[in-house]
Amino acid sequence: MSHPLLKYLREDWMPTLLCPGCGDGTVLQCLLRAIENKKIDIDRVALIAGIGCHARLGTGYVAADSMWTLHGRAFPVATGIKLVDPSLHVVVLTGDGDCGSIGLGHFVHAARRNVGILALCFNNSIYGMTGGQVAPTTPRGTITKTTPYGNLEYPLDLCSLAETAGASYVARWTTAHPLQLTKSIEKALGKSGFSFVEAVTQCPTYFGKYTLQSTKASDILRWFLRNSVSIQQSEKLSPKELAAKIVIGEFVDVQKFELAEQYQLQLKKKSGDWK
Amino acid sequence: MMRPPARRILLQGNEACADAAILAGCRYFAGYPITPATEIAERMATKMPEVGGVFIQMEDEIASIASVIGASWAGAKAMTATSGPGFSLMQEGIGLAVMTETPCVIVDVQRLGPCQGFATYPMQGDVMQARWGSHGDSRSNIVLAPASPQEIFNLTIEAFNLAERLRTPVIVLSDEIVAHMREGVLIPRIEELKLEKRTEVVPATPEFKFHELSGCDVTPMPRLGTGYRLNLVGHLRTEEGRVSMPPQSVPQVAFKLLSHLADKITAAEWEAKKVKTLFAEDSKTMLISYGSPSRTVESAVKEARKAGMKVGCVRLVTLWPFPENQLQTILEGMEEVIVVEMNLGQIVDKVKEVVGRSTRVTHVPKVGDLHTTEEILDCIGRAAV
Repeated sequence: MSHPLLKYLREDWMPTLLCPGCGDGTVLQCLLRAIENKKIDIDRVALIAGIGCHARLGTGYVAADSMWTLHGRAFPVATGIKLVDPSLHVVVLTGDGDCGSIGLGHFVHAARRNVGILALCFNNSIYGMTGGQVAPTTPRGTITKTTPYGNLEYPLDLCSLAETAGASYVARWTTAHPLQLTKSIEKALGKSGFSFVEAVTQCPTYFGKYTLQSTKASDILRWFLRNSVSIQQSEKLSPKELAAKIVIGEFVDVQKFELAEQYQLQLKKKSGDWK
Repeated sequence: MMRPPARRILLQGNEACADAAILAGCRYFAGYPITPATEIAERMATKMPEVGGVFIQMEDEIASIASVIGASWAGAKAMTATSGPGFSLMQEGIGLAVMTETPCVIVDVQRLGPCQGFATYPMQGDVMQARWGSHGDSRSNIVLAPASPQEIFNLTIEAFNLAERLRTPVIVLSDEIVAHMREGVLIPRIEELKLEKRTEVVPATPEFKFHELSGCDVTPMPRLGTGYRLNLVGHLRTEEGRVSMPPQSVPQVAFKLLSHLADKITAAEWEAKKVKTLFAEDSKTMLISYGSPSRTVESAVKEARKAGMKVGCVRLVTLWPFPENQLQTILEGMEEVIVVEMNLGQIVDKVKEVVGRSTRVTHVPKVGDLHTTEEILDCIGRAAV
């Protein structure tokens, strides 16, 4: 018996070029499982990615329509697709560098517009594909290739940014919480507006080596479990205590006007003069 | 049912451009406000909903071109319009359009530069950027230079046809003068136009090759969501659209792909390589120009002719790929060639390359305004001496 999700993959393209112990495969599996559970026709799914390890994984090895676009620009590409074909399930695969740094403006505006796409962020807190440089999500003090004396900058909270910008659904889990992550993706796929699901994922090759002095995935996953706190728990912690924690859970789940749908309604009122 | 007849109406260049795009079947416009191109976006915002198309103002020009690429793959003829600073921001996206063979039209209304320059003053400073702006020896852009509202109307339609036929970005290189000038524009009936249509390539077949990398052949373009399971990448890829390949084959695959992207533009049998001439037959001196400066060039040449001088002019309508052969034939045996450009010299070097060392080439630069007829007549006079 073959794996139930194998039908979504291009086996002949395997093996992937990701490192042993990488968490991106877990996140991708959660996405495919959610698509399977929601009984979404894979031929009506478009996977749009920017640049990073996640993009390389999510757009080639999956047998679905996919675009491996420019660093940070997956959001506007996806916006164009969604506005032209609103019934398509448009999924943006992004990373912490992709949406938190180079594509930050696009990420914020996609959330503000509440365009009906699901953004799945593979957050490994480091630039993995380029070989372990500091990311906008890297904790303070971390030694990386471009912060050899320790990172002086504060990390960015992508979920709180998505919430501020106006996303309809926002959640964060780690690769040590695959069931919860899958449920959140399922929920996000069912939302009409912009949803942002952040998956904190392990990069044993760089992040593990720099922060935990371990390149074993299991060590990082245990560290995720030890350091994860629920939203309720987080409210009791001081900012200093919170800095070292990963807050997990559902931050936003609201119903708002979705852009592509609203545009179609406006069209119905306006069109008719030309045919 | 009554069909609207062909009619002539007073239009600004930017308005003519927007109207032509809609007539050509453009159903997606994304842009960001920038002088002197904004009127195109404003007109699109009003008119696009009337034809069931999408207008969106994006957060910047990078997003505009990116969303145009997405929209094109979702099945819409798509376009954006900007000016120099925005055009610079779009270069990476234009590279993605070249690499993924995405049809799209980009209008660059050139203004005084570099940098902010002066937003309301004209220049032709983006000629080389339009050709070489994107990195990595990207040479698939077709660049058309209109000189009047009527011509930007015609060339915008042409741009969509070329983009769709050759699956490549086409740049309409307008300038502030053409953009804001008002003239009568003949709007043809839609049935009089030859419009390139997207071929629907359904159903998907397992044998479907995403890109035939055979010289100038262009494969039909499937649409997202129709079962092709496309893997569209800005990365180097094989004919099957496949990214992973043995490392030793990368140089061969790369050469094949890059040659294909270049060859389909230069070798295809398309008629857009256009030049227009005036008094070419018996002239000893030829003036070369494109875009709005060609208007004063034309009037100067007519005056010089009245004074009995053997002078004519060529106007480049297609800038890139450069109409070398046409120009070579026209300039054969000329004693003097005068290049009139609204910049410090962009197309002049290409002209020198075409005419060789035997013909004298004079360059007449100016920025921020059109040359006056007198300025051009002065040059013609000096050439005649």
